[in-house]
Amino acid sequence: MIVEGLKAGYKLQTIGSSEEVGVYVDAVSGVSFTLYRNEVFGIAGESGCGKSTLIKAVYGYYEPSLVLRGGSARIYGAKGEEFDTTRMDRGLLEKRVWWKHMSYIPQSSMNVLNPTMRIRDHFAEILRIHVGMKKGEAYQEARKYLEEVGLPVDALSAFPHQLSGGMRQRVVIALAILLEPSLILADEPSSALDVINQKVALTLLREKQEALKNTLVIVSHDMGVHGVLTHRMAIMYAGKIVEIGRTADIFWKPLHPYTKALIESLPRLGDKSKRVGLSGSPPDLKKPPDGCRFHPRCPYAMLICSRAEPSLREIKEGHYTACWLYSEAVGEPR
Amino acid sequence: MGTVTESLRRMGKLLITLYMGNLKFRIGFTILSILVILGFAVSPFSPTNTRSWYIVPRDRPPSYEYPLGTSSMGRDILWELCASIRNSLTIAFVTAMIASHIGLFLGFIAGIRGGVIDRILMFITDTFIIIPGLPLLMVVTTVLKRYLTIPTLGMLISIVSWPWPSRQVRSMVLSLRERTFIHTAKLSGMGTFRVIVQELMPYVLGWHLINFTNTILFSIGTESGLAILGLSILDDNTLGVMIYWALNWGYALFRGIWWWLAAPVATLVLVFISFYLVSIGMTEFMHPIARR
Amino acid sequence: MSEQYMLRVVKLSRFFGYGFLGRVKFPAVDNVSFDMEYKPKIFTIAGESGCGKSTLARMILGILEPSEGAVIYKGKNIYALKSKERRWFYREVQAIFQDPYDTFNPLKKVDRYLYETARNLLDLKDAGKTQDIVDACLKRVGLSFDEIKGKYPSEFSGGQLQRISIARALIPEPKLIVADEPVSMIDASMRMNILNMFKEFKEAEEISFIYITHDLATAYYISDEIAIMYRGVIVEMGPADEVLIKCHHPYTKALIEALPEPSRRDDWLTRKVKPPGMEVKEFIMPGCKYADICPYREDICEEKKPPMFDVGNVKTACWLYK
Repeated sequence: MIVEGLKAGYKLQTIGSSEEVGVYVDAVSGVSFTLYRNEVFGIAGESGCGKSTLIKAVYGYYEPSLVLRGGSARIYGAKGEEFDTTRMDRGLLEKRVWWKHMSYIPQSSMNVLNPTMRIRDHFAEILRIHVGMKKGEAYQEARKYLEEVGLPVDALSAFPHQLSGGMRQRVVIALAILLEPSLILADEPSSALDVINQKVALTLLREKQEALKNTLVIVSHDMGVHGVLTHRMAIMYAGKIVEIGRTADIFWKPLHPYTKALIESLPRLGDKSKRVGLSGSPPDLKKPPDGCRFHPRCPYAMLICSRAEPSLREIKEGHYTACWLYSEAVGEPR
Repeated sequence: MGTVTESLRRMGKLLITLYMGNLKFRIGFTILSILVILGFAVSPFSPTNTRSWYIVPRDRPPSYEYPLGTSSMGRDILWELCASIRNSLTIAFVTAMIASHIGLFLGFIAGIRGGVIDRILMFITDTFIIIPGLPLLMVVTTVLKRYLTIPTLGMLISIVSWPWPSRQVRSMVLSLRERTFIHTAKLSGMGTFRVIVQELMPYVLGWHLINFTNTILFSIGTESGLAILGLSILDDNTLGVMIYWALNWGYALFRGIWWWLAAPVATLVLVFISFYLVSIGMTEFMHPIARR
Repeated sequence: MSEQYMLRVVKLSRFFGYGFLGRVKFPAVDNVSFDMEYKPKIFTIAGESGCGKSTLARMILGILEPSEGAVIYKGKNIYALKSKERRWFYREVQAIFQDPYDTFNPLKKVDRYLYETARNLLDLKDAGKTQDIVDACLKRVGLSFDEIKGKYPSEFSGGQLQRISIARALIPEPKLIVADEPVSMIDASMRMNILNMFKEFKEAEEISFIYITHDLATAYYISDEIAIMYRGVIVEMGPADEVLIKCHHPYTKALIEALPEPSRRDDWLTRKVKPPGMEVKEFIMPGCKYADICPYREDICEEKKPPMFDVGNVKTACWLYK
């Protein structure tokens, strides 16, 4: 999949404060990246950095206030079919792309599951619409499939609210993988779960990805999750990608000052050495700062940082960052 | 006293924000204001007694002299309508004053005290919700017909209209009680009474206003229903009573005196639409997602 | 100060009803006991969602009445306090809550709570003096009174609000602060700053903390002692190093293994865990509540509740250590 210069944001429609109506929140500001087959790609960043918006925009899931401002997101199916999700309307996406070529796992499983439908009917519906399977046949298929992903078969006749949060999330994962899409977008798939359920859900995702050799995108604020799961990852800050690279490089040789701060503030078991966080808070995306969006909080900020925006440049093989510290014009980093 | 004036000021501010920010509210409120002006500011200037019969020529269609025509009872419909608006709104206001405040009070007690008191109060509330309102009122008004006045009719209707506000306030208080800021207030050393008045009230107040509006709507509807069945105060003017006379005595439809019936029906529809818009506008505004 | 302990939690339980008219009762907190000495320390209560840690915290704070047992603070049962003593209790014991956006009433200005705390708990009448104290407490969390004056909660970020919340808790100069998931809604880059503050307050100002969390990595980072809770019961308790590194109770082991730790990547991906089953059933199990999932289960686990066994400095409720 190739995402190029994607721009999306929210037009505020609040009733309460009339002066804010129509204000644009620049949540995803010209984001580009490429995903390869058979990889797990992580998108990390703090709340409000635009990572969920990015995923929604790529998936084509536009809530009323979310607007697209430019760019493209091209995905390639298993047989080489090309779709640009930013050029398709919702009906077309639903018919041709969603579930089949690309599926989406949201943070709250209740956003996918219909509370009035039994679990088996969720499976049956997808199989009916996209494969044209009959109901009885679909039930059989669902049963077989659930056993495969290690869920109890009784779950099939249950309603979503009768399952525990962990189970529900696994059902959603199972639905997402059902038609073996070439791209799975998981938006904070485990943040609502506790560690043990998180591990169960994430290993399921990972195992399926390994079996299907497709692309899995994990959006999470939890660096630990990226550390154990992803091959490559991107760090987002205030609507922009500040660093992309192999996960190991990001963790052990981070380039961008923001990534460094994130990694350094991560507490680890067995290590009581002092951790220091960043000061200040992320910028207001209604009026983002000029230049590099991180410069007001950056300990290495230089004059140029507040004036011009750094572009994403390859520093080492496959390791990109958007930071003036690594620009030739300024010289080598300290 | 300080809290009362503060509450009033908050209400005032709320109304202004609502008027400026919500189209539905603005339309509803404007129609409502016109109706209130007609009922309370214009009707006292009526040249004739709107309760007397045969004081103007009968069955005249709308004309320059009688803008809304005259009825078979020999009344000028325009002035009768103004008086009806006044009385209908008065009944509704009395109901809303009583019912929504009983609801507020009981809801608060049930929500805050919880336990046995909550269960007893909610048992009573539910009982009243289950009893069908209109049949009960039909029995009561039939029995008390001779003693009915505009205010007492309002009071009677409030018997059946307090349970819903009470349930609603209770559930609000129950959920607010668990909000973190209530704990913060307690840990800041604030006493229970102050927590209720200063922390909970501002939230409930907005919904109270909505309950108030809805009760008005309910009351006008109920009174009209009773009146059309002949169970309201038939010798006074209300919107329902006008319809009653036009239908049951004047056979206005058969005799083609449509203006006699059209005026109160159209006004009732306007009253409903305006209160409905006001209520919807407020609900939209109060809704946590819209409000932020 | 004849008491040996500052805080004693004695056989504390809290039942919640469910089912028709709440007739079936299950314990959210089941017979929990622990003590805290006067020596300042950070005591962590860790566990997953629904393990009863927040219920326990509320009972310690005196805002949720226990069904059984008692909370004794400096020799006094906090549920038998008169209203004057209650103020004393809140002067000594304060709280920081999980959701910074809900800690202050969204319709009120935030400075109001700081003022209220100073006025009610310190009996301050003088406005200037009150403001000085409020300002001093805000400075200790890296803010100032001018920054927050007259503003509503919606004008602050989560991190700022949580620091204001900490400043409010500091005003009466408490001896104990109960912090219920204080950083779970704070961004990772600012989380450590808040935790570092706790450490600093403990050392410089001798404030003890009860830190409630689901995050074992931060628990390890700041706590002196830790108790792991599962389904309303403390399953293991002791010095943080020993509990989290040696892990005696099978549940603690499972938790530590499930923790996504980048340096143990390969291990994490290959090792499987068994997900917990139906929750309510586990709460009302007669024996050890972990028996259903436990890989070391024996017959006795299902029949009898394990008492706390001593294993070195650690106490653990597991029949493996009888």
